[in-house]
Amino acid sequence: MSEMAFPFAVLPRGINTNATPVAPLTEADRKPLTKKEVSADHPTWCPGCGDFSVLALYFKLIEKRRMHHEKITTVAGIGCSSRFPYFVQAHGAHFIHGRALPFASGVSLSRPDLHVFVFGGDGDAFSIGGNHFTHTARKNVKLTYVVMDNNVYGLTKNQTSPTSPLGYKSKTDAWGSKDRPVNPIKQAICAGATFVARSSSTNPNHVLAMMEQAMDHDGFSFVQILSECVEFYPGAFDNANPRKGGVFAEVPKEHDVTDEYASYRLAEDLSPGKFGVIYKTTRPTKNANEGQIIADHQAKVAGLEPWQILKKNFDRMK
Amino acid sequence: MSDAAEATSAGGQPTVSKISEAVIRIAGNSQDGIQAIGGFLARLAGRSEQEVMTFMTIPSTISGGPSIFQVRIGSGEVLSAGDDADMLLAFYDHSYTAHLNSLRKGGIVIYDSDHLKPEAIPVENLTKYRHVGVPISSLTVEAIGGTGRDKGKNVYALGLLARMFDLNVPKLHRLLQERFTGKDPKIAETALNAFNAGYNYTLATAPELFQFKPGENVGQAQVVMSGNEALGYGLIAAGVRFGAGYPITPWSDIMELLRRELPKYGGQFQQCEDEIASVSMAIGASWGGRVAVTGSSGPGIALKTEAIGWAVMAEMPLVVVDVQRGGPSTGMPTNIEQSDLNIAVYGGHGDSPRVVIAPSTVEDCFYSAIEAVNIARKYSTPVILVTDQGIATRIEAFKEPDLQKIVQDISPDFSAVTEHKPYDLSAPDGVTRHIAPGTRVASGKYPVVTGLEHDELGHPTGSPKLHIQMTAKRRNKLKKLAAELPTPVVYGPAEGQVLLVSWGSAQGPTQEAVKAARAAGKAVSALHIKYISPLPNDLDKIFEGFSNVFVVELNDEGLNGIGQFGGLLRARYPDRKIRGITKCDGLTWKVREILDRIAALTA
Repeated sequence: MSEMAFPFAVLPRGINTNATPVAPLTEADRKPLTKKEVSADHPTWCPGCGDFSVLALYFKLIEKRRMHHEKITTVAGIGCSSRFPYFVQAHGAHFIHGRALPFASGVSLSRPDLHVFVFGGDGDAFSIGGNHFTHTARKNVKLTYVVMDNNVYGLTKNQTSPTSPLGYKSKTDAWGSKDRPVNPIKQAICAGATFVARSSSTNPNHVLAMMEQAMDHDGFSFVQILSECVEFYPGAFDNANPRKGGVFAEVPKEHDVTDEYASYRLAEDLSPGKFGVIYKTTRPTKNANEGQIIADHQAKVAGLEPWQILKKNFDRMK
Repeated sequence: MSDAAEATSAGGQPTVSKISEAVIRIAGNSQDGIQAIGGFLARLAGRSEQEVMTFMTIPSTISGGPSIFQVRIGSGEVLSAGDDADMLLAFYDHSYTAHLNSLRKGGIVIYDSDHLKPEAIPVENLTKYRHVGVPISSLTVEAIGGTGRDKGKNVYALGLLARMFDLNVPKLHRLLQERFTGKDPKIAETALNAFNAGYNYTLATAPELFQFKPGENVGQAQVVMSGNEALGYGLIAAGVRFGAGYPITPWSDIMELLRRELPKYGGQFQQCEDEIASVSMAIGASWGGRVAVTGSSGPGIALKTEAIGWAVMAEMPLVVVDVQRGGPSTGMPTNIEQSDLNIAVYGGHGDSPRVVIAPSTVEDCFYSAIEAVNIARKYSTPVILVTDQGIATRIEAFKEPDLQKIVQDISPDFSAVTEHKPYDLSAPDGVTRHIAPGTRVASGKYPVVTGLEHDELGHPTGSPKLHIQMTAKRRNKLKKLAAELPTPVVYGPAEGQVLLVSWGSAQGPTQEAVKAARAAGKAVSALHIKYISPLPNDLDKIFEGFSNVFVVELNDEGLNGIGQFGGLLRARYPDRKIRGITKCDGLTWKVREILDRIAALTA
């Protein structure tokens, strides 16, 4: 046997040939991005939708933290809220239903220089993507997952969602839902998330504070943001909105956020429940663990080119 | 072992015949270490400038069960693992009974007479095959002591084979030492004792001894490995540094290799919670700037198809490995079949053209992995690399690749750009180019990657015109690739009665069938097609030279009476002379089977 015909030989590193290179910017040239600079398509959401508030606060976070345009990385799956990346003028990916977390994990693990924000809804997170929620949390992949929870399937026009409360009347449960809903906070704590927080789109300052703390957390950070669907589930979160006669109760000061059982108990009743950081702990991230594995292995082949490392393997197979 | 002509004999000793090839089948249980003997023989052949090909069956049970390892060693070209064995080494009654019919008439069977009593052998067998009984189990215990009757008898049997075939003992000693050197020096010593005892066993009762003619691959450094290993190392050579997968037979070897090896290169392989997560994670890493790999076998590929469809739509480079096995569903997990061609080519909702490449040998697995990566990058597309259980597990020797020349650097380039439209309809080469997150765009207009139909920047659109244009763009770039593909070369004369078309691992037996048919005066040639989708252009011009075109593949004739690749060729070239030679018994092609089918179809 001879060496194979090899029509697709080595290609150059940079093959994004449509692009013209441009000089890099120095830190001094950088100004905080304005809302105008980071907003892209006009959102397709219904007027009054809670998601507008979350988007506006993401813009505010970008501005406040002086994030560099090119480093903003927004990933989503499928659903009303998952349209998010189109509305942000930055690198974005709109992936398939329920799989935003593994996609984002691929970005996070291969690109430790980026902090990935994942936006999605309750269907994406707790129904079709439930498996990924559990495993991304347990592996503590460094990224921020913001779930805009409206307790209903909105994009497909009013079916029962995994967080719809008992008795919720939808097109698929005209007599009222009988399935016990998922408790996203308990789910996250049990799965091993290292940062678990709650907020509501009706309290902008609180949303911003939670997203900012989530971004600063070294690990898998999960924020549930109640976001009302004005079209199919109006009034769902009125009991958490003081303007509608409800109570926005923050997590009590004496709560120990590192106490897993206390946090679990605090999440017992989410109607309307407590808002703020419910649980927070530190555990090595998947990113750090992989980095260590790589460092250990590379130390053993220090000074060798990739072809020389491979040659050592091939020499053993002679 | 056909040319036993040059034989010598010395007073009372068995005759020594010079041979240019031999097919040896070793049959026992899966825990006997028979794969290890086969591995030693294959590696020895590689170091002796010979060619070698192996074939194995393993039970799909968790532990134990009958298992075989067949090795064909040739001083010249070896195209398949061989139809019939020249020698059978049987460890048990059941190994003897089940595999005696794989031995050619007049072939030699060495059996363990501790398990199979000579008096239990039917008389008619004694006239048909030559029998040599050796109390392998008790002699192994005698040689190395202990009570572990099953331990070491494989190495003892290797010693017997070394005597029988006059194999290079110093080289085998070195191989044993390399294999067993490690924690305890006693283990290597015990192995050598077992080997030497086998080698020194007086084979005076043997009907014939053999000696290989010198190998023809003179002066060529050879490496010996399985198809799965070659594919894994090929991906590393190509520059892949991220992969994700989920365990499934027979794909798992590749993910284990990449998990173990990639960190040395600064890379990583992730074992995910499921098949969907693994393809999604690989796509995410590809978007991160460097083409990533995922893989599986049949059922897992089915689970990945939605995400592969996204990669087609978003035009994201990706390599997907499919190590085919018997299907549908859980099917026959440890058997060979080529029945995933349809899912590889068509597996997706909507119009989702993608690239499908099928390597044919272990060496081809190595180079095809590099090609897959380069095509994925050059055409910004998912590429599905389709191998099969046979090619994945078999061992071959091939010329050591020039790694310094081949290993490539595909690290991403994050240099800032003035502006960028990934899905630029007026791109001169018609191919989408992505910039990875982290790349600054001076215009301030950033692209989005998406599964929705989109405009040039990746923003969603419902425009009928754009859907037509973008669909054509995704199709046309692969037609451009088709025009670049090398035209396959006919094996044998370009005109004749029958053209056998093969893909994947059917290449070897098909070419061997051509040799046999031509030796019998039949006008048969073969055409091997590696690029399944898109097909290279102008195959019809090759077909014109033949009265019949038979597509040889390991799958069912299906509802349309033609195999899966046959169906694809018929769709492209609607010619009734294209017919199928298919089977789905879970075993590789025997040359005889192909010849019989040609005879039946041309009768």
